[in-house]
Amino acid sequence: MHTFEFIRPPDPAAAIAAAAQSKTAQQGADVRFMGGGTTLIDLMKLNVETPNRVLDINRLPFDKIEPMADGGLKIGATVRNSDLAYHAEVQRNYSVLSQALLQGASAQIRNMATVGGNLLQRTRCVYFRDTAMPCNKREPGSGCPAITGHNRTLAILGASDHCIATNPSDMCVAMAALEATVHIQGPKGTRSVAFGDFHLLPGNTPQRETVLEPGDLITHVTLPPPVSGSKQLYLKLRDRASYEFALASTAVVLTIAGGNIRSARIALGGVGTKPWRSPEAEAALTGKPANDATFRQAGEAAMQNAKAQTENRFKIELAKRCLTHALRTAAAS
Amino acid sequence: MSDNSRPDPIDHSRRKFLRTSGTTAAVGVISAYLPAQASSVVGEGIEPEASYPPIDGAVPITLRINGKDHKLNIDPRTTLLDCIRETVALTGTKKGCDHGQCGACTVHVNGKRVLSCLNLALMHDGHEITTIEGLGTPNALHPMQAAFLECDGYQCGYCTAGQIMSAVALLNEPCGPDDGAVKELMSGNICRCGAYANIVEAIQRVRKRA
Repeated sequence: MHTFEFIRPPDPAAAIAAAAQSKTAQQGADVRFMGGGTTLIDLMKLNVETPNRVLDINRLPFDKIEPMADGGLKIGATVRNSDLAYHAEVQRNYSVLSQALLQGASAQIRNMATVGGNLLQRTRCVYFRDTAMPCNKREPGSGCPAITGHNRTLAILGASDHCIATNPSDMCVAMAALEATVHIQGPKGTRSVAFGDFHLLPGNTPQRETVLEPGDLITHVTLPPPVSGSKQLYLKLRDRASYEFALASTAVVLTIAGGNIRSARIALGGVGTKPWRSPEAEAALTGKPANDATFRQAGEAAMQNAKAQTENRFKIELAKRCLTHALRTAAAS
Repeated sequence: MSDNSRPDPIDHSRRKFLRTSGTTAAVGVISAYLPAQASSVVGEGIEPEASYPPIDGAVPITLRINGKDHKLNIDPRTTLLDCIRETVALTGTKKGCDHGQCGACTVHVNGKRVLSCLNLALMHDGHEITTIEGLGTPNALHPMQAAFLECDGYQCGYCTAGQIMSAVALLNEPCGPDDGAVKELMSGNICRCGAYANIVEAIQRVRKRA
């Protein structure tokens, strides 16, 4: 691990001022905020991340889950995954988020990992994590050995000729389906970003994963008021039953009236280069009868733009069945 | 080690064994490793043979481990795990993968189980840290330690400290009554020997007695 200066900023303004000195807030940032450390310390040990300064933000006032006047929920950036997953309001009205969190990582990691950190969780692509290998995300222009190499777990949606790395987060898939908003405080003030706009597609700049600029500090995430009467489910398929990343997952928020689907919000995990909202699947569901034929059509629609890599063609069928089964299960709940 | 009676299994730390059994090569390896961990001690709570030279860029910190304050000077890079093992010399906590994939390094921070390999020691001043040494003593085992002995919840023992720390924390977490729920919440602790069935049995025994 490279040497660094460890700083505990006394307040958000000091944290932002210190982080604003960084040349980038993206891959290779020379100043990093540290939350739970579960991703960052791992990558620092691998020399994938080599910050000169680490800012411990765990004692800043971002550790609360609070109801909002509009009926929504405000979730502080340093709230731990376990505290969020077991929060009564989350379990009652945003259960897809609780389910997603509890299917991620292990109990120990959920006690450490923060909401803000999970928004910035890094890919598990083996080439990204290995500094002996080229990687366009880690070293722009060096190439992507995954495209012709080990890519069984990598993306079938949103990939480019430069990067096919999968976003590994479960929490983000649920937040995409719940239409969360990310709130950021930076050197130029505060701003809010719709969840679907927060993560970026790799394109020809895979080193840029989010809209964050130097000094930008995620302060909290808000969830809109719960969808009344919605059926929610997170289904995660993986190589082993627990403590494993998704090969395919889906977050489903459905409302059904008179046997017809009134509204559907669908997001997919384990298959995309970012947490993947599927307007195609939503369009295939909305207004249609809540039956198996509709659910299968939604699975087909979600994968209509999927492109397999050399080792992961199976994921297209797996993702279709994942969504179909989740819809069937949610509708019957 | 001259008497033939079966030694009390809980009276033999690996370190004591290495020191007393004349395996000088192994001791040499460990001694060479200690200073490289880049930590110097200004307080107490360290075995007398381990005194390190001061290191550049070390930061003072007071870590409260098992109810005892340790005033230390540590390199900012020092993980909580390395600090506990190499600086404070509490070697019950084990380093397995060092990347958050095995659970061997599990300790409690403010009563919650965490992976000490993915935390910097500097993040924890003012926190209550509990390691396997803080759970029970050889003469007064924690009920979970006793249950692991009763149920043979280990083979080689390397993952055991982490398993027990996880299991004790699980007692205070939302967990369904069946074995499946226990297995799910224990999935972050890998046992290469495959003692899982006995580990689950030990945990369920303690939960039923509670």
